[in-house]
Amino acid sequence: MTLLHVQDLALSINGTPILRDIDFSLTAGQVLGIIGESGSGKSLTAFSIMRLLPPGSLVSGRIALDGDDLGARTETQMCELRGNDIAMIFQEPMTALNPVQTIGDQVAETVRIHRQVSRAQARQIAAATLERVELPNDQFPLSRYPHELSGGQRQRVVIAMAIALRPRLLIADEPTTALDVTTQAQILLLLKKLVAQDGMSLILISHDLAVVAHTADTIVIMRQGRVVEAGDTQRVLAEMQHPYTRQLFDASGHVPVRSAMSTGREVLLKVQGVSRDYPTPRKTLLGKPGFFRALERVSFELYRGEKLGLVGESGCGKSTLTRAILGLEACQEGSISIGGDQIAAGQLMPRAVRRKMQVVFQDPYGSFNPRHKVGRLVAEPFYILDQQPRGTARRAAVSAALESVGLTADDASKYIHEFSGGQRQRIAIARALITRPELIVLDEAVSALDVSIRAQILDLLSELSADHELSYLFISHDLTVVRAVTDRILVMKDGVIVEQGTTEAVFQKPQHPYTRELIAAVPVLEPAS
Amino acid sequence: MLRYILKRLVSLAMTLLVASIIVFLVIEVLPGDPASYMLGLNAQPETVMALREELGLNASKPVRYFTWISGLVTGDFGISYTYRTPVAEMIADRAVISLPLAVYALVLSTLIAFPAGIIAATRRGSAADVSIMGFSQLGVAIPNFWFAMILVTVFAINLRWFSAGGFPGWETGFFNGLKALTLPAIALALPQASILARVMRSSLLDTLGEDFVRSARAKGLSVRQTLWRHALRNALIPVLTIIGLQFSFLLAGAIIIENVFFLPGLGRLIFQGISQRDLIVVESVVMLLVFAVVVVTFLVDVAYAVADPRLRSR
Repeated sequence: MTLLHVQDLALSINGTPILRDIDFSLTAGQVLGIIGESGSGKSLTAFSIMRLLPPGSLVSGRIALDGDDLGARTETQMCELRGNDIAMIFQEPMTALNPVQTIGDQVAETVRIHRQVSRAQARQIAAATLERVELPNDQFPLSRYPHELSGGQRQRVVIAMAIALRPRLLIADEPTTALDVTTQAQILLLLKKLVAQDGMSLILISHDLAVVAHTADTIVIMRQGRVVEAGDTQRVLAEMQHPYTRQLFDASGHVPVRSAMSTGREVLLKVQGVSRDYPTPRKTLLGKPGFFRALERVSFELYRGEKLGLVGESGCGKSTLTRAILGLEACQEGSISIGGDQIAAGQLMPRAVRRKMQVVFQDPYGSFNPRHKVGRLVAEPFYILDQQPRGTARRAAVSAALESVGLTADDASKYIHEFSGGQRQRIAIARALITRPELIVLDEAVSALDVSIRAQILDLLSELSADHELSYLFISHDLTVVRAVTDRILVMKDGVIVEQGTTEAVFQKPQHPYTRELIAAVPVLEPAS
Repeated sequence: MLRYILKRLVSLAMTLLVASIIVFLVIEVLPGDPASYMLGLNAQPETVMALREELGLNASKPVRYFTWISGLVTGDFGISYTYRTPVAEMIADRAVISLPLAVYALVLSTLIAFPAGIIAATRRGSAADVSIMGFSQLGVAIPNFWFAMILVTVFAINLRWFSAGGFPGWETGFFNGLKALTLPAIALALPQASILARVMRSSLLDTLGEDFVRSARAKGLSVRQTLWRHALRNALIPVLTIIGLQFSFLLAGAIIIENVFFLPGLGRLIFQGISQRDLIVVESVVMLLVFAVVVVTFLVDVAYAVADPRLRSR
């Protein structure tokens, strides 16, 4: 029985066509996966079904829920439908809840606006729903506020808000993208369980083919506002009729060509017994402040020419370690040295030490000053040189850096907003390269990128490491990527390195239970036979 | 929550202590000896010395600071050098005008700004938004004494609805008192309301773009329900900050408006005190204003915690 039928859906916003010829249907009790890269229109397809579109949107085509044409409904009737028959959850659990209301009130609200029940009854239903999403009431009473919960727990509250009235259709828009792999696995498991228990249908929207492939009965692959391929998941993955499907598939498991450059035995970066404490608020007015140990005697070495991976989930201390290595933060114990020179935090770090390393951050949108031209942004690290190149030499260096990352010299006179996310990340790499560092710290440098762009950037990094004799410290929560690009990995948990070894050895025979748990949680995309 | 309030109270006390020392020291370094000023240019040095002794000006600085501060705490503000009347009485006489005026102006400003800001934010880009923003621009730009004079011309001289100035005293009836304060309160409220409306609008626009507003819509709440139940309370924090600052300003900053309307308020008292070297009056009024500002800041801090649970645990 068809629950949702979308026919010839088209959408334009302020005259710009966004979606065209969208057709798909969803059988009751089944899971439909919608896959596409950013800008493919997958989220706006979901918002069209919910009719929660930005102002200036014009929709045509037919969306029918159980034969009922949603286009014929008034806004008031849509309000009755939302939360009751169709519910939706979103990508960002950290901000999806109202910070000034308790979780109990927020879940109960769904009940109260749709059903004539007392406050107490609504809270009872809320408590039962929170139990269903595995937030037991004795640990997570209704009086909790969102800021007292972790990302995964918040996503469970968002799911509870959505399923409190047992809707027939749940739309999950990138529900696990912002979460750690183990949390992602748990949330996906929960969603599958709810589908099985309630006979609910689920639309799972993701950029990650692997996440969807394991969960969805049918999939729709979207690109540039159109459906390029749709059908039974197994069949689509087996046949891959459209070249774009093949391209997506290849890109998500992409392994860059590795240069034959061998890792030397010369230690470049040496981290020895590093501990870092953060003070926590005082428990009493005049009491001693406590502290939280973010790093516990962390030691490792990175050899010249090596690609070292550092994996761990959010809060494990990898950001703290990155900042300590970059000399942005002081440590309580231990020492860090690069090429034999000690790294001391603060302004006093000698420029000669500073220029041995550079960093590329995760967010290609937030890590540039929008008012500077690209030429100036890329040339910025020159201040750490003793002799700053001027005039022609400076321009030549900028051009060379931009060309080495696949951009053109002309791009130097543009502003950063003229570039896409992938191009910005290339510019960030150019900026890191310009002073010829020995070590580049890549802090989740490809995590925000689409799979096809990610594959290109990984290739670029691989080429650059051969050309410039670079060493990488590759920090990521994405185990698939780390496996593809690193020689050796460190696994970190609660500020401690629990396992280290060559990448293949760790992935093949993980020793520590936590590593095993991490690897098991990664959704793997295997070609269907 | 209790700990949060306790911590705020401690910081309140510390602020007052530091402020009192600064006020005392600043007044100390001001040129001009109150005793010789009171006695005129031709006074004999012996007479001046005698008066200084009588006023307690010859004691050491710490002693004078402690005399002053312990007086303040017990409500004894000393005797005015110029008028020879207790400062406490003088302040009390003025405060019964200034305090109600400030509250009145603040209430008016909030009553105007909240609806204006909400309408402008929810109908962004509409004619209503454009005209509210236009008026608020004007409200910020017009000097309030000029606006006060326009009010006097229109409502006191032409329409004769209100008197042009002066204060009959609360003993003539609450309504009479309120009536006398209405024009000054409007003149004070207009620029404040304009600023507040703008803050309300931008804060609400930010909040309406938040993810949890989208979540609320996905639950089935209408646009209006989302606004009242979810957006407004979150948008309130910056607005509360501005309200707190405005109250402090209104209490002491009404001096020009007090002059236009011949109101014997705190602003005029401090002005007289400074021009007559009546240092004890200046010290006490300034300290009182500091006290009021610190207390208002404390109340705003408590209001933050009520509005936002994330602050309670700090």
